Amino acid sequence: MKETSPLNLYKQLPQTNCGKCGEQTCMAFASGLIARAKKVDDCPPLLEEKKYAKKLAALRVIVAPEVKMVDVGVGDMMKKVGGEDVMYRHQMTFFNKPPFAYDVTDTMEEAKLVERVKTISSWRKFYIGKWETVEMIAVRAVSGDPSKFAACVKKVKENSNFPLILCSFDPAVLKAGLDIVGKDRPLIYAATKDNWQEVAKLAHEYKVPVVLSSPFDLDGLKTLAVTFEQMGITDLVLDPGTAPNGKKLQESLQNFIKLRRATIEEGQKDIAYPTIALPINAWATTDDPVRAAYWESVLTATFVIRGADIMVKHSIDPHSVMPDMHLRFNIYTDPRTPVQVKPGIFTVGKPTKESPVFVTTNFALTYYTVESDVASNEIDCHILAVNTDGIGVQASVAGGQITPAKIKDSFKEAGFDLEAEMAYPSMILPGMAAKFSGELEDLFGGKVKILVGPEDSGRIIGWMKDRWPPK
Amino acid sequence: MVDKIKLSDLNKTLSEYGVEALQGVSIEGDIELEIDTGAGGVGPLFAYYFGHEVAQVAMQLIKFAKTMGYPVEGLLQPVAVAQAVSPAPADLAAAAAVVPEWKVASSLASQKFKVGTDHTWKHQIQEVVLGATKSDGGSRGKAITIGGEKALPFFYDTAMPNRPVVTMDVFDMPIGMAKAVKINYEDVMNSPAEWAKKAVKEFHADLVTVHLISTDPLVKDTPAKEAAKTVEEVLQAVDVPICIGGSGNPDKDPLVLKAAAEVAQGERALIASANLNMDWEAIGKACVDNGHVCLAWTQLEINSQKELNRKLMKVAGVPRESIVMDPTTAALAYGMDFAYTNMERIRLGALKGDDELTFPMSSGTTNAWGVREAWMVNSPNKDDSAWGDRMLRGPIWEILTGFSLAMAGVDIFMMMHPLAVAYLHEITQSLMGLIEAETPDTANWIKMEV
Repeated sequence: MKETSPLNLYKQLPQTNCGKCGEQTCMAFASGLIARAKKVDDCPPLLEEKKYAKKLAALRVIVAPEVKMVDVGVGDMMKKVGGEDVMYRHQMTFFNKPPFAYDVTDTMEEAKLVERVKTISSWRKFYIGKWETVEMIAVRAVSGDPSKFAACVKKVKENSNFPLILCSFDPAVLKAGLDIVGKDRPLIYAATKDNWQEVAKLAHEYKVPVVLSSPFDLDGLKTLAVTFEQMGITDLVLDPGTAPNGKKLQESLQNFIKLRRATIEEGQKDIAYPTIALPINAWATTDDPVRAAYWESVLTATFVIRGADIMVKHSIDPHSVMPDMHLRFNIYTDPRTPVQVKPGIFTVGKPTKESPVFVTTNFALTYYTVESDVASNEIDCHILAVNTDGIGVQASVAGGQITPAKIKDSFKEAGFDLEAEMAYPSMILPGMAAKFSGELEDLFGGKVKILVGPEDSGRIIGWMKDRWPPK
Repeated sequence: MVDKIKLSDLNKTLSEYGVEALQGVSIEGDIELEIDTGAGGVGPLFAYYFGHEVAQVAMQLIKFAKTMGYPVEGLLQPVAVAQAVSPAPADLAAAAAVVPEWKVASSLASQKFKVGTDHTWKHQIQEVVLGATKSDGGSRGKAITIGGEKALPFFYDTAMPNRPVVTMDVFDMPIGMAKAVKINYEDVMNSPAEWAKKAVKEFHADLVTVHLISTDPLVKDTPAKEAAKTVEEVLQAVDVPICIGGSGNPDKDPLVLKAAAEVAQGERALIASANLNMDWEAIGKACVDNGHVCLAWTQLEINSQKELNRKLMKVAGVPRESIVMDPTTAALAYGMDFAYTNMERIRLGALKGDDELTFPMSSGTTNAWGVREAWMVNSPNKDDSAWGDRMLRGPIWEILTGFSLAMAGVDIFMMMHPLAVAYLHEITQSLMGLIEAETPDTANWIKMEV
């Protein structure tokens, strides 16, 4: 959406201030649409009353994202691909994290296939109060045999509800896969200048999204996109080519940047579709699995940062998945949302008079890390989140956003009297704030014991064994 | 995209979209009509509204043409147009019904792709030379130039004139480090000079940074003069340009860095660093007086960065070509999003002409090792999937922290793990087109055996 003025969206609303959307006024709803906090579908009168049909249609055109949003998969597992509105994340935010599709092949023996599918589908990591996962499985047709491919797709479907990417340049092979999972809205890879007619028929017949592949040829890519659009097939994903090394890698990144800029900054609609990157190609450059996985991570970062909307990957080893997942998370974090928790006292589990009190900052990442570390180890306790304007411990100790006096005031503001409420009047400082301990002892007149905790809250459990309760 | 069509094309267009209401209407002449074809597909509903809009526009144009004296009346059957403008809802179904049966296209619609550059990028980042050779009053084997960009890194607008460089950390006393890092330095931990040599010879450091952390009153309180000797040792041990870092103690650093700047006089070292919470003026002046480059460090805040840069230039008298910025590196999974966006905004601001920001940037990439995911053996959360081998995990943490910020505009990286240094060099130089390699046929990926 290029529109930045709520007034221009307001013109297309019922202007009755009925409140059914949850906002008090249509103008507030219009502002919500601009921020993409509200959807057109949140306005019942616009959807239900025939007299608004024209406004509804006009509004949908105005609020459509600059990069088309393509749904892959169905139901709860459906993932939005694309739908981006800005070139740089600070301009608003990036919206839809590019799904990571990990590959399996139709030549894997069954036990290994099932094991890999399960590893992919069950991978998870707890981060800032939520479980992070990967999202898709890409089935590669290595055999070239439609029946083998169909059998593989069937086995994958039996063992995972993840959306699939069916990968083959042979329309007969794709069709064999679609006959198994066509109703689950897989993404099919890919139509090229050679097979496009047959693949277009499949996309039309099964109503599935389709990748158009034209490596290192943006004229060819646009040609395919316009041809498909003219046939009424618009759930498209573009593959401009991902070269894993050499000068072609430079060209690959530049092509992604060109497509994003043409779409978002120049408003070119003909190529305004999401893009797919193939970091898996790192595996074609070396036989060394460590080297391949490292390079795959580097390629993933390259294309996540500069706007690929979905990607196919290979290394499911934890040392690759974790950094890639965090990289994507960081780039797609909404910069408009403050990453702070409300300062004050929090309780974890069911703390008693004998429980410890931990001190940390109100940077959400710090707070949730401490909270998850104590909670997952079943430590009942209180946590004081000191208001550091959302700055972490190390930086706020250095920058003066957390001080001994501020810690004392924070307890007071929270109405938490350590001496009166706790059997062992004490607080546990973050290891990185160790230098505050002397001054804090003085501030509390020696009546509250100042303990220095570990530098990383992941070590609280071990620390507790030796030092709690305090002697 | 805006398409231009002629009114005479209207009939054809509308009948193709299945709107029959205008059939029998013929409009001639060369009046051009601009229509925004909008986003989204050409389903029956879209075609219906598209037709509706077009007809309305046509009505306006016809009225306009009439006022201008064109003989349009005879060409037009008003009833037909009125019908198109306000059809009964039942027509919707009729419109849908007449959409022709789907057919695959018989040939490709040949297209050319074009895209421009960013015209708002008019200013160049300052080039800064680090290190001075004998002819320039120093003793370095060569000098290194950073900065000079006219576009975001690796964009096609303008090639980057200088490649990003790595300065490897050397400490003036043994320190605690993650196991994956430590195994590389155990044999040199007690000798900054040997440490520096190893970083340059074995790990291909472009520069080395000697961190005088033992000067912190809470660590060893090494006197400034004694610390300066370590700098001399390092200067003698290696001939690459050097950076000199303090302990981070705001009271002691001005003294330590002044003494260090004096022993390294004329070497164009990067002095790390001046910040707003300390006597930045003393550090800036020590740089000016001894021919060094000043690192201006702020904490993730663009306006503080502008303020510090301005003060260093106007108050301390540091010349433009002797300032590098460190806007703070928050590591991957630990606030990297702030660091990334802060740097990207600084660089975009500079390219657009904010001359308080047109300086190269530095990243303390070693911060990556502070993140638990980089060094911990196992997850503290029992329900996480396994975290895998930390000896493999850690270096990637440093690579991705540094590389992400390279994409945002960082020119010089302070790093520790040799593997991370190698990968950062390789990817940044690949994206600049500096590395020749045989690229595999990417169409083969589907059938690749891995």
